[in-house]
Amino acid sequence: MSRVIFSALFAYWRRNPLQLFTLLAGLAVGTALWSGVQAINAEARASYDAAAATLGEGSYGQITAKDGAAMPQQTYIALRRAGWNVSPVVEGKLGSVRIVGIDPLTAPGGIGPVGAAGGADLAAFLSGAGQIFAQADTLRRLTLVEAERIIAPDVAPNTAITDIGLAQRLLGKAGQIDRLLVATEQPLTRRPLATIAPDLIEAQAQGSSDVARLTDSFHLNLTAFGLLSFSVGLFIVHGAIGLAFEQRRAMVRTLRALGVPLRRLIGLMVVELAVLALVAGMIGVALGYAVAAALLPDVAATLRGLYGADVSGQLAMRPVWWLSGLAIALGGTAVAAAGALWSLVRMPLLVSAQPRAWAMARRRGALVAVSLALLATAAGIAVWGHGLMAGFILLGALLIGGALALPPLLGLVLQLGEGCARGPVAQWFWADTRQQLPGLSLALMALLLAMAANVGVSTMVSSFRLTFTGFLDQRLASELYVSATDARQAAAIIAVAQTRSDAVLPILSTDQHVAGLPAEIYGARDHVTYRDNWQFLRAAPKVWEALAQGKGVLVNEQLFRRAGLDLGAKVTIAPGVAMPVLGIYGDYGNPVGQIILTEAVFRRQFPDVVALRFGLRIDPAQVAALRAALRDQAGVADNAIVDQASIKALSLSVFERTFAVTTALNILTLAVAGFAILMSLLTLAAMRLPQLAPVWALGLTRRRLAALDLLRAMVLAALTGAVALPLGLALAWALLAVVNVEAFGWRLPMYLFPLDYLRLAGLALLAAALAALWPVWRLSRIPPARLLGVFRHER
Amino acid sequence: MNVKALIVLLCLPLPALAQGFAGLGSNAGVFADPAPETVLQFPADHGAHPAFRIEWWYLTANLTGPDGTPYGLQWTLFRTALAPHDGQGWQTPQLWMGHAAVTTPDAHFVAERLARGGIGQAGVQAAPFSAWIDDWAMQGPDLDRLRLTASGSDFAYDVGLAATGPLVLHGQNGYSVKSAAGQASHYYSQPFFQVSGNLTLPEGSIPVTGQAWLDREWSSQPLAQDQTGWDWFSLSFDTGDKLMGFVLRGVTDFTAATWIAADGSATALPDGAFAATPLAQHTVAGRDVPVEWHVRLAERGVDVTVQALNPQAWMATSVPYWEGPVQVSGSHAGVGYLEMTGYQD
Repeated sequence: MSRVIFSALFAYWRRNPLQLFTLLAGLAVGTALWSGVQAINAEARASYDAAAATLGEGSYGQITAKDGAAMPQQTYIALRRAGWNVSPVVEGKLGSVRIVGIDPLTAPGGIGPVGAAGGADLAAFLSGAGQIFAQADTLRRLTLVEAERIIAPDVAPNTAITDIGLAQRLLGKAGQIDRLLVATEQPLTRRPLATIAPDLIEAQAQGSSDVARLTDSFHLNLTAFGLLSFSVGLFIVHGAIGLAFEQRRAMVRTLRALGVPLRRLIGLMVVELAVLALVAGMIGVALGYAVAAALLPDVAATLRGLYGADVSGQLAMRPVWWLSGLAIALGGTAVAAAGALWSLVRMPLLVSAQPRAWAMARRRGALVAVSLALLATAAGIAVWGHGLMAGFILLGALLIGGALALPPLLGLVLQLGEGCARGPVAQWFWADTRQQLPGLSLALMALLLAMAANVGVSTMVSSFRLTFTGFLDQRLASELYVSATDARQAAAIIAVAQTRSDAVLPILSTDQHVAGLPAEIYGARDHVTYRDNWQFLRAAPKVWEALAQGKGVLVNEQLFRRAGLDLGAKVTIAPGVAMPVLGIYGDYGNPVGQIILTEAVFRRQFPDVVALRFGLRIDPAQVAALRAALRDQAGVADNAIVDQASIKALSLSVFERTFAVTTALNILTLAVAGFAILMSLLTLAAMRLPQLAPVWALGLTRRRLAALDLLRAMVLAALTGAVALPLGLALAWALLAVVNVEAFGWRLPMYLFPLDYLRLAGLALLAAALAALWPVWRLSRIPPARLLGVFRHER
Repeated sequence: MNVKALIVLLCLPLPALAQGFAGLGSNAGVFADPAPETVLQFPADHGAHPAFRIEWWYLTANLTGPDGTPYGLQWTLFRTALAPHDGQGWQTPQLWMGHAAVTTPDAHFVAERLARGGIGQAGVQAAPFSAWIDDWAMQGPDLDRLRLTASGSDFAYDVGLAATGPLVLHGQNGYSVKSAAGQASHYYSQPFFQVSGNLTLPEGSIPVTGQAWLDREWSSQPLAQDQTGWDWFSLSFDTGDKLMGFVLRGVTDFTAATWIAADGSATALPDGAFAATPLAQHTVAGRDVPVEWHVRLAERGVDVTVQALNPQAWMATSVPYWEGPVQVSGSHAGVGYLEMTGYQD
């Protein structure tokens, strides 16, 4: 019997291929975007994990020299002989490849080319020409290395692992060690670090690698988009399933009247949906793979440019994607179908099997109540909520509440429109639009979500961009930046520049540990350039005067937040030297903490640091002449002189690339919403004939009807856009002021971009018009016989 | 290729079962072979012999706390060579492994260290004597007066050693045969150390006194291909006499022993003179290990039961084995140490 019921169920899809397509396409597209984004994130995370495992970041504490330089090998021996269970690491670049040298005998568990080359030979690794482990493409770039090459897919991209002895030779670091990994287990009798090597500093294990934490924001962004696309996809699926079930009520009644038990029928329908979900899921995962493969090189380039993180540009096929892709397709279908199945279960056997002017009976009051409750929750969290989780709940409540509020809001507006309408055609137009609203509302909600996300994310990105450009203007105030190769050339540069430029600003810097965290310390000359351009998040009064008098330091926002500093708090810049914080400045895009001292204090504390970089203030018209003079008189290579404009262009290009991916996903989401509208209109088209036929019979031409339909789609899109704008702005605010602060520790100011919103509204109208075009074209060509048919028999 | 795997690969080349415990049955190849005519020279031979493949400085001690509680202590430095020469820097083929343990009647503490030679992290110097790996050391002006230190994450010790008797050469002037086919090692001992010092255990610091036994052995292939492990006994009787005896388990077992009189005079005993038969098994780390033995040396009237102080004295190190203090009863009473290798799980 099951076979017969199945064939009856599937016959419906055979007769309605468009609905089948809608269902499969909606689910597949949603799954594709979700699993594509997951694939990108998983690939990047795998790269970070490989790097962290290779370099011992995260799981082990690290000991480094306080000045960030290499330490003598003898210090390592001294620590071992004092009971410290530490393992040495040497690293550096050979060409473009990062070489990491480890000592396999002392390395804590799990460090090193894990799982590489079964039957690995310690003798070969340790002695003779040695062995070098890396991914195949990394090995290809290591042409000059004699060692035996071993392909190890688990090693981080662009990284090669070898024995510490060989690494020291390759990198020219004989007798030097860059850092020590501190094993978790330490012997009982261990002398304090300060008594053995006072120049070293120990940092605790951080639980996750620096790179992973830095790139969190980026991945969060992608994940949010994946989820959003999937939920937009679910709206389509929900619509398609709802329609199909409504239209199959007659068949269900017939089958039950023929004696099919309800339980069995529902069970078979679940199986039917599961099969469809699996098919769509498989298509979706395959599509997602394509999306990920297309986006990954851009993502990898962005991550490298922005964070210096090495991410493989090649996608590996992981079985867990297939599974999670299929699971989310099944889960999504279950969510989308639950309501429809429930209403079938509760359908009395003898009720009229006619579709109930589909979904007209949806309980509007309940919808409004749920929507208001969600929006109130969002507002409550915005005011009182704490933590990242609260931030996400806020986003979710805001979006769902906003989406649910859309149909009642639109109904209200359309009612108003109807009230103001003059003339029968206009009145009919408004009334008919209202009549169609329930059928279109799911698609319009999808459009609302897509547009709101677009507004929200583009506001965030553009706010970030504006802040970032302002920040660049403030930080890159000098017209020309020159780097010297050594102290002698630095002196020559000063000699040349002093006579030809308005000011020579030396850039003194050294890498140190401040409050146990890696930080850069800069020495700044007291100059009007800084006073004019720098903006502070918070600062003491007369901050520049106090800085110039050596009364304190400036710190960036990252250090301020991570070290829990505050204005006036003392920060230790060198052993025994602590100075109060005078000001806190924004430092966007910099992963590490930063401190600025006045030049005199810097030179006193770090007398060995020689300024090799200079900012030169000069009339922009004189830049070319100064460049020539520096080249001819100080022997500075052309690539060591950079003008302000090209640094800004470079920084901005990195930034643009970061958000190219966001833009691509934005457009995809909008396209999915457009598709949802198309599908809703197509499925409504057939059902609307009884309503159109009388109007046609009263004298409105098919062309006129079609034009009104096109107009209707655009009016609805415009109204949806009007709701999307405030929702999107609320979303942007939540992202900037709540999620960003909770997740990354700094708050970005929010700016508004009306032109962008206008363009987006245009795009949404265009999407709606494009979606409506085909149904409208079909309407304009509908044979009059079919319209007449409406009067011949009542459907 | 994690570190543990590396070390096991190093010490246990995969056909380990066919080649004796810890690869010790592999062919010597390019390494030096022990020769019966070699005359040991001191203090030079206290130092390392890089031309040989393996070597150890192996100290075990039977100690007593103030309340009479018996303790065992082990300090071992192993040297393994990847090639028969020494060298400076990371490229040296000499690798070092340290094992330290303290055994109490109900606990067994173990630590392990690994290091490469050539960079100063581990090594041995003959005079003044110093053997070290990381912060573990056995050092003194000469081999008669030593300070011994080691520490793990849950224990530590610091004891002084003073020799009260001469060095003892095993086999034929220190040439100790290990199989009927003629595999051998150079082997001598200092079994006459008096010990006093402190153990640091989770319950606190414990002053201890007692006696210790140092074994020095080096070779390139001390086991025959068919030998899979050994049971080694060092027993100190209350009479002042001492007995070193071992059984090398193979297709046919091979035994050897040295009877050391209280005055230090030593007598080497041939294959078959020493006999040891298991009396009771104990499951340790998933393997059945004989922790109670019937030991006989008919020539000297020795017929004793040797019983582990703590049957759980398992050395869960890169190359695992059983090593712990024992108590002797029967024809002779006393204490000693038992080492058992090559028991598979």
